[in-house]
Amino acid sequence: MTPNVPEQITMDTFLRGIWKENPVFVMLLGMCPVLAVTNSATNALAMGVSTFFVLIGSNVLVSMLRNYIPKQVRIATYIVIIASFVTVVDYVLQALSPTVYEALGAFIQLIVVNCIILGRAEAYASKNGVVSTVVNGSGMGIGFTLALLCLGSVREIFGMGSLFGIPLFGEHFQPWIVMILPPGGFFVLGAWLLLFSWLRERKTKAVQGEAVHAR
Amino acid sequence: MHAETATTIFLNAAIVNNFVLAMFLGICPFLGVSGKLRTAASMGAATTLVMLISSVCAFAINMLLVEFQLEFLRLISYIAVIASAVQLVEMSMKKFSPTLYRALGIFLPLITTNCAVLGVALFQTAREYNFIQSLAYSTGAGLGFTLALVLMAGLRERLELSNVPTVSQGAALSLMLAGLLSLAFMGFAGLGGG
Repeated sequence: MTPNVPEQITMDTFLRGIWKENPVFVMLLGMCPVLAVTNSATNALAMGVSTFFVLIGSNVLVSMLRNYIPKQVRIATYIVIIASFVTVVDYVLQALSPTVYEALGAFIQLIVVNCIILGRAEAYASKNGVVSTVVNGSGMGIGFTLALLCLGSVREIFGMGSLFGIPLFGEHFQPWIVMILPPGGFFVLGAWLLLFSWLRERKTKAVQGEAVHAR
Repeated sequence: MHAETATTIFLNAAIVNNFVLAMFLGICPFLGVSGKLRTAASMGAATTLVMLISSVCAFAINMLLVEFQLEFLRLISYIAVIASAVQLVEMSMKKFSPTLYRALGIFLPLITTNCAVLGVALFQTAREYNFIQSLAYSTGAGLGFTLALVLMAGLRERLELSNVPTVSQGAALSLMLAGLLSLAFMGFAGLGGG
């Protein structure tokens, strides 16, 4: 993509964020919230939705202002825009659901330094129109939320034997405590990455195999 | 919370609740710069310096904001302070050690978006630490970050030479290693008095 030439909106603009350029599993961005708040599926969902909102809000604003922001101070401007949206989310969540707010703690405010949002602002929103920014941003946001859910549900199922707070197994289930502790986060994410790289390798092998057969 | 001594806070931040391995702050540089031991150590030092500066500034700013009842501006002003502190470190490093400056590359300005730095500022406010406690907290956090980075770099230098299945090369294996490190650090629980 050449800079300053708005991209055509295609299905790919949206889907890219969910699969091919998934911010967590492929680009390894925004790892801190990914690991820290995913000890239950509920927390993961709340974090995903908050990030989604901040991502869309700040990217729309950046995209609208892209012709007015001087190039030299753009990063600082982006950060201030993002910080304002995060403050909004912070107060809204505090009012809507104090329990979730307490569980997420400072991590809501730490959305400011989530690389995904700044990365999108710099790499996409500052070069594209509002509509394509929204499309691309929602893809990224949904991809991020899905990734958080992937981790959160696995950790909650193993670590507490429940999903979204609903117990799944009988009373005799022995929770695998380490899963909801910090090391579990690393292990589960590592396992997901392994799965994805295995899938990718299998696909490459299949493509190569076909090439050989064709000859 | 006020009763905690500076030593307890320091130990807690550095080892027991290690910023990287127990609280998951600053994972990006942790995975990004931990390839070589030397780079990791200097990255840790730079981050510690930024943490210290921004923690002191954040403390002063928070006093001002509380005075004028402008708490909702906290996040924005903290970020601004951190960005300037990073700029300062970057400029001095460029002047005094150009080799290091080149080695750290893009990760130096990215300290701004290191959650650990903002995390220190936010947590010290949330826990209402006084000035000495904040100093101890930020130094501890910085040292803990450096420790985690250096340990990880040492492990990864070994890993380069070992024979692993191609599937698990790269990020997946680093994360597994980080998980093991984190398990090891859990052994320190209770060291700083809980």
